[in-house]
Amino acid sequence: MIELRNVVKEYGGKRVVDDVSFTVGRGQFCVLVGSSGSGKSTTLKLVNRLVPLTSGAIRVGGEDIAQVPPEALRRRIGYAIQSIGLFPHWSVERNIATVPRLLKWPEARIAERVRDLMALVRLEEEHRRKYPHQLSGGQQQRVGLARALAADPEVLLMDEPLGALDPITRQALADELARIHAATGKTILFVTHDMDEALRLADIVAILHDGQLVQFGSPRDILEHPAGDFVRDLVGRSEAGLKLLALSPVSERLRRGEISAGEPVDPALSLRDALAQMILRRADRLPVADAEGGVAGSVLLADLVR
Amino acid sequence: MPRARRRRLVTDPLVWGIIALALLVALMPTTAPVFAWAFPDVQPPVYGISSFLDLLLAHAAIVAESSAVSTVIAIGLAVLVTRPQGRAFRPMLDTIATIGQSFPPVAILALAVPAVGYGALPTLCALTIYGLLPIIENTLAGLESVPPATREAAEAMGMTKLQLLRHVELPLAAPVILAGVRTSVIINIGTAAIGSTVGAVTLGTPIIDGLVSDKLPYVLQGAVVTALFAILADSGFERLAQRLRVPPA
Repeated sequence: MIELRNVVKEYGGKRVVDDVSFTVGRGQFCVLVGSSGSGKSTTLKLVNRLVPLTSGAIRVGGEDIAQVPPEALRRRIGYAIQSIGLFPHWSVERNIATVPRLLKWPEARIAERVRDLMALVRLEEEHRRKYPHQLSGGQQQRVGLARALAADPEVLLMDEPLGALDPITRQALADELARIHAATGKTILFVTHDMDEALRLADIVAILHDGQLVQFGSPRDILEHPAGDFVRDLVGRSEAGLKLLALSPVSERLRRGEISAGEPVDPALSLRDALAQMILRRADRLPVADAEGGVAGSVLLADLVR
Repeated sequence: MPRARRRRLVTDPLVWGIIALALLVALMPTTAPVFAWAFPDVQPPVYGISSFLDLLLAHAAIVAESSAVSTVIAIGLAVLVTRPQGRAFRPMLDTIATIGQSFPPVAILALAVPAVGYGALPTLCALTIYGLLPIIENTLAGLESVPPATREAAEAMGMTKLQLLRHVELPLAAPVILAGVRTSVIINIGTAAIGSTVGAVTLGTPIIDGLVSDKLPYVLQGAVVTALFAILADSGFERLAQRLRVPPA
């Protein structure tokens, strides 16, 4: 869906993006990670031509972006940034309707779309006529997300959309984003400097350093086979094991029928959280709930390190 | 009319101000005994060559016309020099604006006469030129106050440059631009009175006439009406500014 081939961006002779190539498949959630100055934001902005390419080629949906007028291209690609990107003089409703209005949709269709999107991003109806500054940071970000999704684009670009939020709101919105991705099947290119956020959200992670792509692979790939010391540092050396545990749910290591004492845990709980529960309960096994509220079996400490 | 709205009208100082100005202009001739008692030497005691209503209307027309023209030109120039194609002219406009601001309005008036002759025209020219400067400065400041992230978001949504200007930049800059227009109009209301020295008919006519022929009541009469007019225009702008404030509370 998004294909970068030998992409280069130079500013005054300095290579900010240096020969980057990767392909994001339809419906994939790709996260670009790197420290500041790694070229991750620039790479993102090359895709909707906010930043012009120096050399190389980018295809979106099989079409070379250089062949599409920038305005037409951008109306096909959703874009979300930190909450300050909302239009302060427009109501929530008007903000969400930005691209449909540019595309001259009929009023009735716009109104219906705004209603659907507010439900999708879980914004209460009462916020419809409010202005951005009357909302909390988390709510503003939901508006930004709804605005990016408004014209039903195939591709979403997100530039640190959760950057300005407190940790709790950030976590909640990341979960929400994962849910919306699963529900809509959009292809997403997401920029962050937070490795944990990347590992939690991504189907595939692109790690950039000094403008170069140092590793491109699934979160499991990156944790198990980090390409060099830079990636090893980024995933947090000793913590990599725990992060690996965080990628799988309890249900994967479930021993059916085994009985344990205590309150059963959710089968969707990550193995990392299961380990934390064992430490808190001073137990080497946990009962796991099933869909009907009964006990399906247990997860054992020994199975976590398999 | 709903009761709440009627009550708001009744307690609105702007409405009372307009009524006061209308009464003052209409009833000026009836104040003759007061002025005759205070200034027994002046005959007639109230300026009578034109009615104060005509003077007020002529004054307002000159200010409205010149301000409308300078608003259009000033916003146009400021928008031009903030576009990539016009950026090179930015320092030049800044310099001209600063120099222009340091000229007293009377000097511009004096320079306009040899160029276009006596009457309302030199006053119109002088007011238009002098009125440009505050609007240019405020439009530049307003356009620059638009956050880069908002601009970037607008571009990323697929707005053309013109849509960005119309839907985002100008609306966000509007309160600051309006403040510039307000300053410009208030200055021009005062300066228009001086236009009477070069033959324009304005509220300054009785003032100049009174000064020349040593008739203090005419000066008072003209000055009071001019001042009230300026105050009312200013409160009118204040009202407009409140409506522009984002968002309505």
